[in-house]
Amino acid sequence: MSTPDAAGRTLKVGIDVGGTNTDAVVLDQGDRILAWAKRPTSADVTGGMREALSAVLADLGPAASGVGRVMLGTTHATNAILQRRSLGRVAVVRIGAPATTAVPPLATWPADLVAAVAAGSAIVEGGHFMDGWPIAALDEDAVRRLLGSVAGGVDAVAVTGVFSPAVTDQEVRVAELAREELGADTPVSLSHEIGSLGLLERENATVLNAALYGAAGEVTGALDAVLAEHGLDATAYFAQNDGTLMALEYASRYPVLTIGSGPANSIRGAAFLSGLADAMVADVGGTSTDLGVLVRGFPRESALAVEIGGVRTNFRMPDILSLAVGGGTVVAGSPDAPRIGPASVGYRIAAEALAFGGVTATLTDAAVVTGRTTVGSRSLRRQRAAVRDLLTAALAASDDMVAGGVDRMSLGDKDRPLVAVGGGAFLIPDAMPGVSEVLRPERGDVANAVGAAIALASGRWETVAPASADRRAAIEQASEQAVDRAVQAGAHPDSVRVVEVTETPLSYLTEPAVRINVKAAGPLAWW
Amino acid sequence: MWVTEEDVPALADGCAVLGTGGGGAVDTAVPVAVQALRRYGPVPLVPLSELADDAVVVAVGGVGAPTVSHEMLGSVAQPERMREEVERVTGRRIGAVMAAEIGGSNGVEPVAWAAQIGVPLLDADGMGRAFPEVQMVSMHVAGVPVDVVVVVDVVGNVSTLRPVSGEWSERLVRAVCVAGGASVLVASYILTAARARGAVIEGTVSRALGIGRSLRIGGDRLAALRAELGARELIEGKVVDVDRRTGGGFVRGSVVVEGTGACGGRMLRVEIQNENLVVLEDGEVRASVPDMISVVDAQAATAIPTEMLRYGQRVSVLAWPCDPLWRTPRGLAVAGPHAFGYDLDYRPVEELIDVHA
Repeated sequence: MSTPDAAGRTLKVGIDVGGTNTDAVVLDQGDRILAWAKRPTSADVTGGMREALSAVLADLGPAASGVGRVMLGTTHATNAILQRRSLGRVAVVRIGAPATTAVPPLATWPADLVAAVAAGSAIVEGGHFMDGWPIAALDEDAVRRLLGSVAGGVDAVAVTGVFSPAVTDQEVRVAELAREELGADTPVSLSHEIGSLGLLERENATVLNAALYGAAGEVTGALDAVLAEHGLDATAYFAQNDGTLMALEYASRYPVLTIGSGPANSIRGAAFLSGLADAMVADVGGTSTDLGVLVRGFPRESALAVEIGGVRTNFRMPDILSLAVGGGTVVAGSPDAPRIGPASVGYRIAAEALAFGGVTATLTDAAVVTGRTTVGSRSLRRQRAAVRDLLTAALAASDDMVAGGVDRMSLGDKDRPLVAVGGGAFLIPDAMPGVSEVLRPERGDVANAVGAAIALASGRWETVAPASADRRAAIEQASEQAVDRAVQAGAHPDSVRVVEVTETPLSYLTEPAVRINVKAAGPLAWW
Repeated sequence: MWVTEEDVPALADGCAVLGTGGGGAVDTAVPVAVQALRRYGPVPLVPLSELADDAVVVAVGGVGAPTVSHEMLGSVAQPERMREEVERVTGRRIGAVMAAEIGGSNGVEPVAWAAQIGVPLLDADGMGRAFPEVQMVSMHVAGVPVDVVVVVDVVGNVSTLRPVSGEWSERLVRAVCVAGGASVLVASYILTAARARGAVIEGTVSRALGIGRSLRIGGDRLAALRAELGARELIEGKVVDVDRRTGGGFVRGSVVVEGTGACGGRMLRVEIQNENLVVLEDGEVRASVPDMISVVDAQAATAIPTEMLRYGQRVSVLAWPCDPLWRTPRGLAVAGPHAFGYDLDYRPVEELIDVHA
């Protein structure tokens, strides 16, 4: 539920840009779905968004002027990392030598991702201890040498200083050096703006953020352009990794925060559409299937560091298991040993899949051959028997992958329903071991967009306080700050509440201390 | 027998279980070990019986705040600085590196240190688990005097201490550790293989590897882990309260687990000081230090460090007997309940469990 703004506008548009399809929905004040559309995601992103938005606005007719808000969720960044495409080349600066050399930057990354992202890296002298005492003075010459060596072959810079969340100045100084060496147009990601304590995880997230500026620019630029084309004076929000919203300008600087928003939105959307509060959710897109768990209406959060494309980060994110099973997933190999993905024809499915007259065997073709769906324009009956056998074997292998994933995510809690959503939900079989039933709610094909449209606004505040009697007061203060931030992000002041308080003790110090992280969230308000 | 890069994940899982909640999160140590083994090759794992009497054994561990070591990674130069200083002081080559503490990250990183300085890893440690203080080691219980302690910090400072007792060793190491950034490498005992016999807990690296491998066989992981450990399950349930605070340089607090399923209607409290130390139910002790208490994920059966405990987690609380050395009067004086400030007399876990079973 939401209240009208000053101009009486009560409608909100949720848009989800997936690797394959772009979905849009329009919800009214009572969260009823007034219009929906699904269009292929275009190579330039803009085209698909324009098409989907135009379609739902046309459906609304004159009521379209009542749209006051647009919420955009996208798996664009996630797909860029998983498929190693549209990634910028990053110069990685770690400030910390002689400490931290036991594990160099990117040492824990998959080799192909390093090849796609790394323009060069160095651990330079500098950084701080927790109490602010310097490890070493910042070695500006070493920074300049690294930046000089990569000039011309670098798209962005990622800077991570030891204990920079407590002492930020050296990271800021490296950003100045980067402007001098590479020009003001080369964006710089600073780790203290992106992650919390935990050097490798924060560094990883910072490098990914830097690698994603190009991919993010594609999306934010497209949204701006499409809104302008329709003359919509709507406030734009981006969905982020915890399923809440952030402003457009903020999202363009911190694209990594959009990672995980798609799964969070699809789980929230699946909850809304199915009316269930506890279930497994399978969101099948064109490139991947994201498995999540709905617990009391919200995504189960991962207790562990989250891996994205084989890289550890320390965001709190929905507990998601991503499988390379999607409608556009390419099938290869032989009937005895089918190979599934991870490559996907993505938005080109309508041109490249066999069922659409193309020459690439996909899981959608496998679903057509076995009768699970009837999409496409060409019969597959005339395909060679070997191809049909391969497709049949591939779908069986895909079912095994999904069942194995569901089993892992169930944590032994069997016999919950599975809600299958997303454009490729037809890939999910009607029965599966470990689930009581498979549900396919109406409009489940646009569950992500629905989830974006009903998302909350949130705010976070982190502080370090003495672990004494003052701790309670510090938590209260942090809670007030988090609530303020959520209200600034657009939450209704009357309904925002603290949803999470995390305390991390910092032991073995002369002055015992505790790190306090508070998150507040609430429904969006109109003013 | 060799420890290879491929062994590291299993070793880490095993060390986490033996960490009984403490010892530092193993996930920080894994890339350190992997990097070193990749660069320097596999490390020989040798039993104490294979070392000549006069071989020099160095007990090594990282000391510091777990949250700090997650941020302040070590330097590749630290093990070499330690080797130089140990060999300068003793005039002898190092024969083997031994984990001072097998539990937690300190059980994993010695693999890297052994690889970096090119010596074997001893299949033994000084605790068989994790303990929070430097003097809570088997060598101390066995009466091996602390002689030389070498502390190397992340910037390369080397501090060589000659403490007069284990307690002084703890106090001095802590002071140097704090000054050096709350994350340092410590060679706490330097002893000959002859002196080590009977004074260390043998076979613990193999044990950690065995525990880790038991989680990789497939099937019921919790049952496999219990069988491997010979552990009893005190409760299976949900974490309903986590109360943590820091004091005296330690994480202190308690976690309350509410039973589910067959354990429904029961409540159990685990008292924590860096490690899980005492388990209470209805005001009665169900298990206590130095016996082993591990809180593990109810499904994955992986150990959950005290710092990672969160409301709502589904867990199983396991307890099993410690090494017999800790049950001797001197062992209990060093690391029994009284040593941690609990006003209760130690009773072996296998006796306590049967009272309530």
